[in-house]
Amino acid sequence: MAVEQSILRKWSEPAAEAGRCLLFLFRMLAGLRFSVSQILSILQQSYLIGARSLVIIMICGFFVGMVLSLQAINALEQFGASDQVSLLVGKSLFRELGPVLTALLFAGRAGTSVTAEIGLMKATNQLEAMELMAIDPIQRIALPRFAAGVISVPLLTAMFNALAILGSVIFAIGVMGLDSGVYWSKLQTGVYFQKDFIGGVWKSLVFGGIVSLVAVYFGYSAKPTGAGVGTATTNTVVLSSVLVLIFDFIMTSFLT
Amino acid sequence: MNTDTSTSRKADNTAIRIRDLVFRRGRRTILDGVSMDIPRGSIVAFMGPSGVGKTTILRLISGQLHPDEGSIEVNGQQVSAMSNRELHHFRRDIGVLLQDGALFTDLTVFENIATPVREHTNLPEALIRRLVMSKLNAVGLGGIEERMPHELSGGMARRVAFARAVALDPAIMLYDEPLTGLDPIAVSTIRTLMRETNDALNLTSIVVTHNVDQMRRLVDYCYIIASGRVAGHGPPSELSASADPSVDQFMNGKVEGPIPFHYQPPEGPWGLLD
Repeated sequence: MAVEQSILRKWSEPAAEAGRCLLFLFRMLAGLRFSVSQILSILQQSYLIGARSLVIIMICGFFVGMVLSLQAINALEQFGASDQVSLLVGKSLFRELGPVLTALLFAGRAGTSVTAEIGLMKATNQLEAMELMAIDPIQRIALPRFAAGVISVPLLTAMFNALAILGSVIFAIGVMGLDSGVYWSKLQTGVYFQKDFIGGVWKSLVFGGIVSLVAVYFGYSAKPTGAGVGTATTNTVVLSSVLVLIFDFIMTSFLT
Repeated sequence: MNTDTSTSRKADNTAIRIRDLVFRRGRRTILDGVSMDIPRGSIVAFMGPSGVGKTTILRLISGQLHPDEGSIEVNGQQVSAMSNRELHHFRRDIGVLLQDGALFTDLTVFENIATPVREHTNLPEALIRRLVMSKLNAVGLGGIEERMPHELSGGMARRVAFARAVALDPAIMLYDEPLTGLDPIAVSTIRTLMRETNDALNLTSIVVTHNVDQMRRLVDYCYIIASGRVAGHGPPSELSASADPSVDQFMNGKVEGPIPFHYQPPEGPWGLLD
């Protein structure tokens, strides 16, 4: 009986945690006021977690574009279709690689810092002090960081894609000597705005929401100790990465 | 008639009334039938050994925890019966100084003190600035408003936290170990601030501490908590000479007495004979 209860508890705990996380999301969204101070706070966080992630996103995007072109040219040359490289790079970037890789990089760069920051605020009683001042820490601390993440990830994805295309252009045209007219015309005619580009934007919005929610929730529910904050930070990267890949499959199934 | 008036006056003079308070964590009973009256305008200490439930009483008064039994009345309002919205309003009238100050580390000293003012008032920025600067000057720290919390010493951080706690001129101040970990000069400074602020604004202050010497110089009245109950109460001078064994042991720092050394007494001699 005790063993059954233990197994039941073990399996029901993730569901309970997911429920608590959703309740946390609803409490955050209930605090959306669009007041001047809230908008300023969201903009400030967008700078801190979004703009400051820009360099790493751009560097990674550039090299992903280059390596994609390299692999695509190698593969397509076998069929005499190396002029299709921009089509392959564009479609795979806008549909999959841009949103997914940006979300994974964002989880590692910004998600961890958000979890650690909120966890440390909890460990040093700053959240308790806020509650005692009749200030809701979920609205004051968690909401601006969550909203900033949802706004930042699509913008960062756009930058990732732009730099990836640039990397691809430099490699395919500059290094491999492909015709630039062919490259751009294939990209223009083969990549569809609605199906490819907007689909990617939807994905990046959802991924931004997932990574940001996991980051603020784990920070807020972290044990108020050094080890607790460390564990919460690790969990943020692991869980948000897994969830991004799961939701990528689910969304791709519906969007295509 | 006279008795009624006298009773009513006495009732009006009680800022915080706690009756038969019981609080449990799991199977463990932390507080078991605690009753106390905190008169308006006084500084009252909750004293006792570490882990006895002093901070728990503060959290019950501020509505962070809910009692299992009994009642807490603050300025005529039942705290345990308050909704979240009522608690929100109630806490605007309470200032809390936590043990480590709990300053917001990403904000300057100025923004730390301005935070509760901005949140709960619609004052223009010029007036907020004047208010914050007056609070900062009152704690003797004028000129440090642009510093970050990590640039302050422990005593300065505690004074800034004090300024933040009184920023909205609360009616009740709750202090959780306010003098712990400070040097003697900082201790005297904070102690003087607490006394002067309490008297000037006619606040009601509760101080949780286990520092007997400091409290003798500061508070008007003491409650000694031991084994989940009020072991004794009275002015600090009277408590030192108390005949109650628990109070005598705590006030005079004796090892032997009813307050045990072991959290849970061992069943055998350290299990060597098991």
